Amino acid sequence: MELMPALLFLQSMLAATWRMATPIIYAAVGEVFTERSGVLNIGLEGIMLIGAFAGYSVAYETGNLVLGLLAALVSGLLSGLIFAIFTVSVKANQIVVGAAFNMIGMGLSAFLYRTIYSQSGRVLSLQPFRPLDIPGLSDIPFLGEVLFRHNIMVYGTVVLVVLAAFVLYRTAFGLSLRSVGEHPKAADTTGINVPATRYVGVLIGAVLAALGGASLTLAYSDQFVEGIVTGRGFIALAVVVFGAWSPWGAFWASLLFGSFYALQLRLQAMPEVLIPYQFLQALPYLATLVVLISLTRRARAPRALGVPYP
Amino acid sequence: MDWAALRARLGKQLRSVWTPLIAIPISLLIGAGILLLSGYDPIAAYQAMWQGAFKDRIAVTEVLVKATPLIFIGAGLAVAFRCSIWNIGAEGQFYVGAVMATVVGIYLGSLPGYILMPLVLIVGMIGGAFWGMLAAFLKNRFGASEVVTTIMLNYIAIYVTGYLVTGPMIETKGLFAQTPKISESAWLPRFLPPTRLHIGFILAIIFCIVLYILIFKTSVGFAIRAVGFNPDAARYASINVRSNILLAMAISGGAAGLGGAVEVAGISYRLYQLISPGYGFDGIAVSLLVGNNPLGVIFSGILFGALRSGAEVMQLSAKVPSVLVFAIQGLVILSVVATGAYRAVVREKEE
Repeated sequence: MELMPALLFLQSMLAATWRMATPIIYAAVGEVFTERSGVLNIGLEGIMLIGAFAGYSVAYETGNLVLGLLAALVSGLLSGLIFAIFTVSVKANQIVVGAAFNMIGMGLSAFLYRTIYSQSGRVLSLQPFRPLDIPGLSDIPFLGEVLFRHNIMVYGTVVLVVLAAFVLYRTAFGLSLRSVGEHPKAADTTGINVPATRYVGVLIGAVLAALGGASLTLAYSDQFVEGIVTGRGFIALAVVVFGAWSPWGAFWASLLFGSFYALQLRLQAMPEVLIPYQFLQALPYLATLVVLISLTRRARAPRALGVPYP
Repeated sequence: MDWAALRARLGKQLRSVWTPLIAIPISLLIGAGILLLSGYDPIAAYQAMWQGAFKDRIAVTEVLVKATPLIFIGAGLAVAFRCSIWNIGAEGQFYVGAVMATVVGIYLGSLPGYILMPLVLIVGMIGGAFWGMLAAFLKNRFGASEVVTTIMLNYIAIYVTGYLVTGPMIETKGLFAQTPKISESAWLPRFLPPTRLHIGFILAIIFCIVLYILIFKTSVGFAIRAVGFNPDAARYASINVRSNILLAMAISGGAAGLGGAVEVAGISYRLYQLISPGYGFDGIAVSLLVGNNPLGVIFSGILFGALRSGAEVMQLSAKVPSVLVFAIQGLVILSVVATGAYRAVVREKEE
């Protein structure tokens, strides 16, 4: 009789893990492209916040979630373009520009939210993406709940990773991107346009980060809250390292972090767990530290990461 | 001194003043654009901001009160950034300093003031230094990027503070999530009553001068800058890169921790959840604006103190959300970067 509650716990835990990992997967897979092209974007958190707000705002006003996603995508393109101008064309210090992006993202999204929405003092929720039960498969015991009753943003992560791995390893563009991040000078001599390739790397990363942010306001929850991203952009940076700069690596590493979020939320809800809730909230961040130090040495970063060219 | 050398020297000094002089108007202009697009009157908003920061003696001293933690944090970050260590964790280091100071100020409250007051500050500084060195250790030992680790350490410090002020350290009445006040003998003297200006501001300025001398006039500072400039070359010159990274993070974290202790002993007298409204992040802009120069930090710290102080009044009187200041600070950093790049282009053409 003890087995059933344990299985149920595991089932809801695993299902939540994928949901919680979703925003991180988008941001981290995008950052894989950015870093593979040799650019380090630590401004993910800010770009995710802007995407979260843009998506929420447009979806709330129009009642159309797809338009919301489109708005997030455009916000990501704009953020990425500005980031690339500063880091690739102007060749500014990438960490400094990233830190500025985080401040602007935090300030601008909170400023616009307070200006447009919070005067009313009400929580303005929208109709988020609903779970799409896959016919047949969703009825499988255990697995159905874990894998086949999610919303479209969650399913989208698998499509994204497959596509990302294909583009990165099986296309000419992917090869150029990786060579630009490893040895830009050599890439340059073979006729690859280094700055243009890096622009694309940055834009892919920013667009996916913005979509990851929007998944928080349009799918995971149904509203915008100031600072809603709560460090997921930074966790995505750790995930890229932990996932050895590969899309699938980033995917599995994100799931690991998703499980920390899922676990701490479930433990918080259990009255018999006597750990103070602040310690549980700190768990994903503590886990990031532990994971980062236990496996950092395994893989090597792109050789030209963070170094402007020429 | 001959004429050419003097001119070169003056030119160098002027250049370091130019960047903020160009960067700040640019970012305020973009901020005005954002205000205009969001349906506010930018002139009224900035007027309210100016009024809030400078309308009378009390307002001006409040600016200096707000500037004090920013100056401590900014001066420390200047050292870390000079070493090319990207410490984004001043916020957490500030919290650890504030926690340690409060613990000492409450539980050793029976000590006489001339022992307790310095002890509170020193313990706060050590706490922040420890939190900073943790990130340096993880970088040296495991190659973990300090950008990520310092941010994770921020969250951990903030959540632990939340636990302390709602749990074991909550005041006995227990009405608010805050600790009782620290012993009055640890309070930093206020020298311009009825304003809140306290000697912490003077300490901050002395601290900047000390760090300036350390960084630019001693061999210790030279080694830190050499590591920041080119770690491989520094290693070749038999400078120990790792111990300099550790030292830079200790100074940087210690400065932030001292800032936290000064905030507790000078202003709040107790610990609560939001003791820092993001000072650790503002500090990044404070340092970058003046090219990571600890003396310049005094100027930029006061400027950002005025922005913060003014923004609170702007929110009250012009109903403009004060969080706009965050965005403006980010814009200041980008403008500094752009100005620097523009000057590099001009210099290239001249040559």
